[in-house]
Amino acid sequence: MTHTLTRVRTTINGEAVEFLCEPRQSLLECLRDILGLTGTKEGCNDGNCGACTVIMDGRIVNSCLVLGVEVEGREIITIEGIAQGGRLHPLQRAFLEDMAVQCGFCTPGFIVAVKSLLDQDANPSEEQIRQWLANNLCRCTGYDKIIHAIRQAAAEMQEVKV
Amino acid sequence: MKTDDYVVVGTRPIRHDGADKVTGRALFGADLQLSGLLDGYVLRSPHAHARIRRIDVSKALAFPGVKAVVTAADLPQCPDRLVDYGEGPMRLRHLRGNILAGDKVLYKGHAVAAVAATSRHVAEEAAGLIEVDYEILPCTLTVVEAMREGAPLLHDDLRTVEFGEETGSVSNVAEHFRHVLGNADQGFAEADVIVEREFHTVTVHQGYLEPQAATALWNNDGRVHIWCSIQGAFWARDAISLILGLPPSRVKVTPMEVGGAFGGKIRVYVEPVAALLSKKAGRPVRIVMPRRDVFEATGPTPGSYTTVKMGARTDGRITAAQAYMAYEAGAYPGAMVGFGAICVFAPYDIPNVVIDGFDVVVNKPSTAPYRAPGATQAAFAAESVVDELAERLGIDPIEFRLKNAAKEGTRRADGPKYPRIGCLEVLEAMKTHPHYTAPLGGPNRGRGVAVGFWFNFTFPASCTISVNADGTVGLIEGSTDLSGTRTSIAMQAAEVLGICAGDVNPTVADTDSIGYTGVTAGSHTTFDSGWAAYEAARDVIRQMKERAALLWGLDPTSIEFAGGAFRAGERALTFKELCARMDETGGPIIGRATVKPASTGGSFAGNIVDVEVDPETGKVSILRITSVQDAGKAIHPGCVEGQMQGGAAQGVGWALNEEYFMGPEGTMLNSSLLDYRTPTSADLPMIETLIVEVPNPDHPFGVRGVGEAPIVAPPAAVANAINRAVGVRLQRLPMNPPAVMEAIWKKKG
Repeated sequence: MTHTLTRVRTTINGEAVEFLCEPRQSLLECLRDILGLTGTKEGCNDGNCGACTVIMDGRIVNSCLVLGVEVEGREIITIEGIAQGGRLHPLQRAFLEDMAVQCGFCTPGFIVAVKSLLDQDANPSEEQIRQWLANNLCRCTGYDKIIHAIRQAAAEMQEVKV
Repeated sequence: MKTDDYVVVGTRPIRHDGADKVTGRALFGADLQLSGLLDGYVLRSPHAHARIRRIDVSKALAFPGVKAVVTAADLPQCPDRLVDYGEGPMRLRHLRGNILAGDKVLYKGHAVAAVAATSRHVAEEAAGLIEVDYEILPCTLTVVEAMREGAPLLHDDLRTVEFGEETGSVSNVAEHFRHVLGNADQGFAEADVIVEREFHTVTVHQGYLEPQAATALWNNDGRVHIWCSIQGAFWARDAISLILGLPPSRVKVTPMEVGGAFGGKIRVYVEPVAALLSKKAGRPVRIVMPRRDVFEATGPTPGSYTTVKMGARTDGRITAAQAYMAYEAGAYPGAMVGFGAICVFAPYDIPNVVIDGFDVVVNKPSTAPYRAPGATQAAFAAESVVDELAERLGIDPIEFRLKNAAKEGTRRADGPKYPRIGCLEVLEAMKTHPHYTAPLGGPNRGRGVAVGFWFNFTFPASCTISVNADGTVGLIEGSTDLSGTRTSIAMQAAEVLGICAGDVNPTVADTDSIGYTGVTAGSHTTFDSGWAAYEAARDVIRQMKERAALLWGLDPTSIEFAGGAFRAGERALTFKELCARMDETGGPIIGRATVKPASTGGSFAGNIVDVEVDPETGKVSILRITSVQDAGKAIHPGCVEGQMQGGAAQGVGWALNEEYFMGPEGTMLNSSLLDYRTPTSADLPMIETLIVEVPNPDHPFGVRGVGEAPIVAPPAAVANAINRAVGVRLQRLPMNPPAVMEAIWKKKG
């Protein structure tokens, strides 16, 4: 069966992007297979692991649960848009320094989800972080070093502001 | 090099692959883009046990966008034989049968056919048009059922091997073995207290976040190139070549980054299928497993039925132990019950032991290793009984374990005598840890302890080091990196070369570019590939001494290398300075080494766990958890802590809520990450770690291997904590709210 292709105009990581997709293709598929942005990962394709987390108009979404055609006119931020101007985001640095990465597959989703949290609340408590991340599964770390890294990054970002 | 004056070893450098992993640039199994790439989809059996009468693929083949369809008929047809690609001997027909079912399907999810098409959606739609005529057969789903007289048979030619010899009897029991030490009857006669209990565990999954993914290109020169998410590129190459009937030299495996594995990505699943599709389609084919298929068709870890009986005297000495262990292999033999039998009483010096193990096939997916395979089920049983013995004798549970702890010279029931081990040191560290004596601070709370053992594997490993003129080196290794081993291997080379870890650039190579290296499993990678890196670095130093000798007109034996510099009398050149003079002294330098160590350093790990049990709902909350482990020597303590924390989290998930929830027809009813619930960030507290270092005398840096032992003790520790909290001993995993409530109600009458 052939499916009609739809033209979608959107903004991804600050750049205007146009692509063609089938109505049944998820945003995750569009990012990975059409636009070559493979940093966003497919772990379950049903919204239960968080590996495909992206920011859409300021809110985190599972990109496997959003259709490509739905992002017309929206602003999307993916893991590829977190480091700016060749410099890692403080969160990315903290993940490295605190060994918060093991296999690294869930890492893009975590970093995108936490960036969104820190954009809203510069100094979240451990409990707030844990609740915020309850949809992002990690099987390697037991979350300990991830929580440490987030708290360190939050502290560092506040120091920079002061 | 047995000194603690290490410069690099024991520090925490940033991982070499770190920047790629935090920016989304790292390329995992599904991330490869190739020209003309097709997507594959595997059609799987909806029945747990059925005979395939007929498969008609014509409608799928005619579907627009479909480029190829394959079934088991496309696998080479040749006589069955025993094969071994590293994991141990197995039947070729079993190896092939799990890739694409032949005459029978043996579990729901068993691969039956596959389609390659222009998109995943097209492939999936077309697969739905394949007609399979099944004759449904009765299924058997648990080890207890499958061992019963008259149980449905999975294989009509599976003859039980008993005590090493094939018997004539056809059954679901592939093997029965026994380990005997001393005289158990006599040991139990000497005991003042005897505890005997039976335990059940159900199927659980490794739960890695990245589904299996492979891209294959059957090229026009007849060579097959496969890019996949796999723990061992060489094992995969050899397994694929056996399955496809090709010499290994015709198959090249390029390992991609691996998004979690824990033993579940040792075996191949979709790789040979993608290759067959590529051969027919003449284009590269990628197959990414849907999550449902990961649960239903890749190796989970065995469910088990175990009884443990132990006796002790009032002075606290264990006099005898007996275990009956029956593990579910899934569809094909290989339940890893032998590993469980090695580990079940491994932390203890017990004079009289008898262990019976049974490897039993059932209509569930063929099981695969999961972090210390077989040991966690065993420790759940044995460590619960040890705890109950201590309780009955009125002895502190750690003190009781210390009185009986295995040490250098203790003989294990399966034969070996321990070299230097760290069991006592781990228990001592648990006893003196502030956690052990901290107040619990509330009702319905309890503290449990347990210890576990994993013997660790050793596999061959290869490494080459090429020297750069700027004083850095490139390091090529064959071990896929699941969790940071590029760095723990590079650090061992850096220590020898007297340079910093960041001056070593490690690369994990494909099977054409490095010598044979075993699978990244068995906690062997930092041990074996680290050792190969150490030897390759020494080879570099040896050659560079010759260069220094040439420059100074001396004999190479008169050159010393220490503190990062080559010296002879007053003359000295640092490593970097001599690298700069490589060209004028003879050209490039490459160090190389292969190792095949005979022995490993087994690792002991223990947990202290505080729980709170809600007496109204049965929900168990983990309040505090501490992991203690003997690492031998922690090359990168951050990586070691990560292994300990990850193992503890998986152990807690196994203890409290993970299970394959099976319908009566053999259908897994919870094959999504929503319903098969692995622990989330909201379920766990911070996980405290304490690394004990009892160096392994059989490794240049004292490394033991740390990846697996941390999962062994947690379920038992949690069970023991629940008992101390509410006075009930749970003997079945998972200890979820219904199970805990039932136990509480039963106790109350």
